[in-house]
Amino acid sequence: MILLFKLFISFIQVGLFSVGGGYAAIPLIQNQIVNVHQLMTMAGFTDLITIAEMTPGPISINSATFVGTQLAGPIGALICTIGCVIPAFIICLLLAHFYYKYRNFSGVQTVLAALRPAVVAMIASAGLSILVLGLFNSDLKSIVFGNFRVIEFILFIGALFLLRKYKMNAITIIFGTGIIGTLAYLPTILK
Amino acid sequence: MKKKADKKMLWQLFCSTFMLSACTFGGGFVIVSLMKKEFVEKLGWLAEDEMLDVTAIAQSSPGPIPVNASVILGYRMGGILGSFVAVLGTIIPPFVIISVIAVFYEQFRSNVYIATALQVMRAGVAAVIFDVVLNLAKNVCATQRVLYIGLMGTAFFCAVVLNISAMIIILACLVIGIIDLLFNLYGNKGKVGVTE
Repeated sequence: MILLFKLFISFIQVGLFSVGGGYAAIPLIQNQIVNVHQLMTMAGFTDLITIAEMTPGPISINSATFVGTQLAGPIGALICTIGCVIPAFIICLLLAHFYYKYRNFSGVQTVLAALRPAVVAMIASAGLSILVLGLFNSDLKSIVFGNFRVIEFILFIGALFLLRKYKMNAITIIFGTGIIGTLAYLPTILK
Repeated sequence: MKKKADKKMLWQLFCSTFMLSACTFGGGFVIVSLMKKEFVEKLGWLAEDEMLDVTAIAQSSPGPIPVNASVILGYRMGGILGSFVAVLGTIIPPFVIISVIAVFYEQFRSNVYIATALQVMRAGVAAVIFDVVLNLAKNVCATQRVLYIGLMGTAFFCAVVLNISAMIIILACLVIGIIDLLFNLYGNKGKVGVTE
């Protein structure tokens, strides 16, 4: 019981203080789980991050579920996930309420109009990071051009073509590249 | 404004958020791109500008971006019940997947096929984001306002080259937006409601 309560409070804090997406949550989770409550070793935590990144879904939800399962089974997973989501739920509900109440005022529109180009740029920047990760298996700062991966490049161009020209479904594209790419690497894996 | 929630719409909302969450590898902006495709292009529930506003709010509030965006989208479509349904759709897939993987994560982590599939999938994810970005950027350019096009370029430079966090960039643009508003008000002697 005490463990569950501790976990719940820890993940409420993670949910409350992680502003700016998944990667902002990682040090917070580490602090709560490894340092404050010593529920996990650093090695276990590294595994957690690896798994959270490899699976779909938000990193903090993935981490919450993983930590909960490891420490207290399915109920632990549920408690941690709920804790992680509650602050976001309440805060965003309030923000959504105000946004929809006031967004039709032209003054608010003028302010929001300046935000939108920045959001487009943020999405573009995230896309570039993933592209670089896909093509060079590294981040933008440490690109080694010798590591250029031709198969991924062809997949990217092909996928973009299908999306632009034929408006193909995005999820089909993502899983399609996964399957075709893995088949293309099969000779290398089996060697 | 907020629509009245009906069962069919809530079910569609749940299915859409569930599918997106189950298939989204990578960070918050990936799911936002997919949400734009699903809710703006496919279902026509939201205007593109609205989706960008939702993204800005989701990015600047605490908590996971996909969850934040779901709360706002859900609220828009069906009030508090809609938010609840959308969040449920977003958190069930990772919850189930991780609960299963947590049991045998040793095998999962060291599986070479899974590792390869995840690596190559990035090419597909990047293509989806680029597709969305091309459409969005085209619309920003279509406003023909130097301020907006300049902000887009500057924000991209700040994020990619200077490594400034998205939150700070969005806050800075908020300030610029307020200044722009003040200029408008001043320029029109207090007449509210002038945008280009």
